[in-house]
Amino acid sequence: MAILIDKNSRVLVTGLTGRIGSFHAEEMRAYGTNVVGGVTPGKGGTTHNGLPVFNTVKGAVAETGADLAICFVPPPFAADAIMEAADGGIRTCVCIADGIPTQDMIRVKRYMRRYKSERRMRLIGPNCAGIITPGQGFAGLMPPHIYLPGRIGIVGRSGTLGYEAASQMKARGIGVSSSIGIGGDPINGSSFRDILELFENDPDTDAVVMVGEIGGPQEAEAAVYIRDHMTKPVAAYIAGLSAPKGRRMGHAGAIVSAFGESAQEKVEILKDCGVAIVPNPSAIGETVENMVA
Amino acid sequence: MDIHEYQAKELLKRFGVNVPRGGIAYSPEQAVYRSHELSGGKCVVKAQIHSGARGKAGGVRICSSDDEIADAAAWMLGRKLVTHQTGPAGKLVSRLYIEEATDIAQEIYLAFVMDRTEERVVVVASAQGGMEIEDISTDEPDSIIRSVVDPAVGMQAFQAREIAFQLGLDPALIAQATKTITGCYRLMEDMDASMVEVNPLVVTGAGEIVALDAKVSFDDNALFRRPEISEFRDKSQEDPRETYAEDRGLSYIGLEGEIGCIVNGAGLAMATLDMIKMAGGEPANFLDVGGGASPERVLMSFKAVLNDPNVEAILVNIFAGINRCDWIAEGVVRAVRELNLTMPLVVRLSGTNVEEGRALINESGLDIITADTLAEAADKVVGAWKTGRNQNGGAV
Repeated sequence: MAILIDKNSRVLVTGLTGRIGSFHAEEMRAYGTNVVGGVTPGKGGTTHNGLPVFNTVKGAVAETGADLAICFVPPPFAADAIMEAADGGIRTCVCIADGIPTQDMIRVKRYMRRYKSERRMRLIGPNCAGIITPGQGFAGLMPPHIYLPGRIGIVGRSGTLGYEAASQMKARGIGVSSSIGIGGDPINGSSFRDILELFENDPDTDAVVMVGEIGGPQEAEAAVYIRDHMTKPVAAYIAGLSAPKGRRMGHAGAIVSAFGESAQEKVEILKDCGVAIVPNPSAIGETVENMVA
Repeated sequence: MDIHEYQAKELLKRFGVNVPRGGIAYSPEQAVYRSHELSGGKCVVKAQIHSGARGKAGGVRICSSDDEIADAAAWMLGRKLVTHQTGPAGKLVSRLYIEEATDIAQEIYLAFVMDRTEERVVVVASAQGGMEIEDISTDEPDSIIRSVVDPAVGMQAFQAREIAFQLGLDPALIAQATKTITGCYRLMEDMDASMVEVNPLVVTGAGEIVALDAKVSFDDNALFRRPEISEFRDKSQEDPRETYAEDRGLSYIGLEGEIGCIVNGAGLAMATLDMIKMAGGEPANFLDVGGGASPERVLMSFKAVLNDPNVEAILVNIFAGINRCDWIAEGVVRAVRELNLTMPLVVRLSGTNVEEGRALINESGLDIITADTLAEAADKVVGAWKTGRNQNGGAV
């Protein structure tokens, strides 16, 4: 199925009746994604663009069998919406919101641990562009036509840089199994390592491109996982070679505050672990082509 | 968001942490007056800027007489102090904090940070106070004590006690230390701080635990629910280019180079800066226009970029997902006309409505250089910038 989403995923849109949720839900349906309904507290029992609307996630799951939620709730309320999804029986939740307070995310991650691992929800994001399995469905903001169906996985923090990767690959006739945006926040639901593990175990993926950036320990942690546990080749680009130390480069998490967090240091660590380094952001397609040749 | 030392101390006091008595001054006369309000003995004149390591830059002075206070204040006020945290431009001193001098018996390092590996608040302490944490980790790594706080219950007294005992404090001081450490944690949690650093936390000769210096930063994403913290903002401590952009909802970071950048998405923006550097240029800024950018927003981005007098060429790089290339193009054309832009401008558009966007640029008849890929765009803007410089006889 590639990973996390396919044509059988039953997608619930929280914040469906808002302007942004409504717009993207229609884009997702137009691509063939199986959107089964939405949640807007107080509007339960109505329909929106032909989709049933529910007051609560629990109610929506009971009625529609939804297993994947995409959350378009604004940042001040997003942590609550994520916890509701986790408690409501959703398997995978994609959170788009950019600007969730860090303390809220600390609480969300603590809250999710209350469930046994087999029942624990997987959170993607926040502050991400979403997930797509080309030709099958997507939950996110991406322009889906830039992804050619294929066998290379993409995992990245940045939305637009992920688009850049997909379109460079498409220009060379290289397709994507799934593309996963893990988001630019300092505390996020799934790490590079988590997603690499899914790709490693996915029979529909042959190799992976990882698009990282300055800040945080996740790229280095992924490098060690790749060295010790991955059989599939991985290429990586790390953005922010020219970023000054101690400055936050747009993403809340893109700040060099400790040793090993600069782009140069991350590149060295990845290289030492056998990852094919993409030398510049225009060479993503070329590096992938050489890697799988 | 950063705040000043005196503001941080005001907050710490509210959470039960002892701080020396002090008052704020805006002139040498006021500084002297403040010192008289205190004990009248020795006092410390401290420049209030958003940076640590002020002492080395001359921003902290111990004074024993009115003349010394007035001299120190006159020297500091209006001066730009340069530390390793301020960048070469330095930060302007417009306020002073006049504090009673403290009799120091022992110095401790104490900080609360958001740890990205633990995904929790971590307390970092060391008996090697007064040094910077980077130096402590290099020189005295074994002295560093770490304690992780469970967000479900917050910091517990036993954790604070453990830290206090590991610091080697006198048993008589443990209760006071526990109150201090848990107070700092409550400030972190209750006020949505992203960092609380008390360095040094001191034990005085009289056996009192006092926060002698304090640096507190706040999570920008939580300011919506902390209006009293937002009021601490001091725009004079910010890069004016950044203040202009931030007040208009643009994500902008000022840099030192000549090539202005307008990009959508933080990752792509960072990659664009990298690409400019690899092509032999230096970026003047980071700017993310965000998603769904209207022509007005693009125009505003141009204004933000042009606020920087060093900018000699501009690169617009858009990969539209939720953006629309035609809106971006409309904004670019308006910006060139309304701002009478004469410097080299390279535009690379990709994604949603790219054909409409390119057509708008081509039909405008304006002198705009277009590019299809990121590499081509970076090469073209650096090339055009160098050509422009040569024509101006290598000016600037």
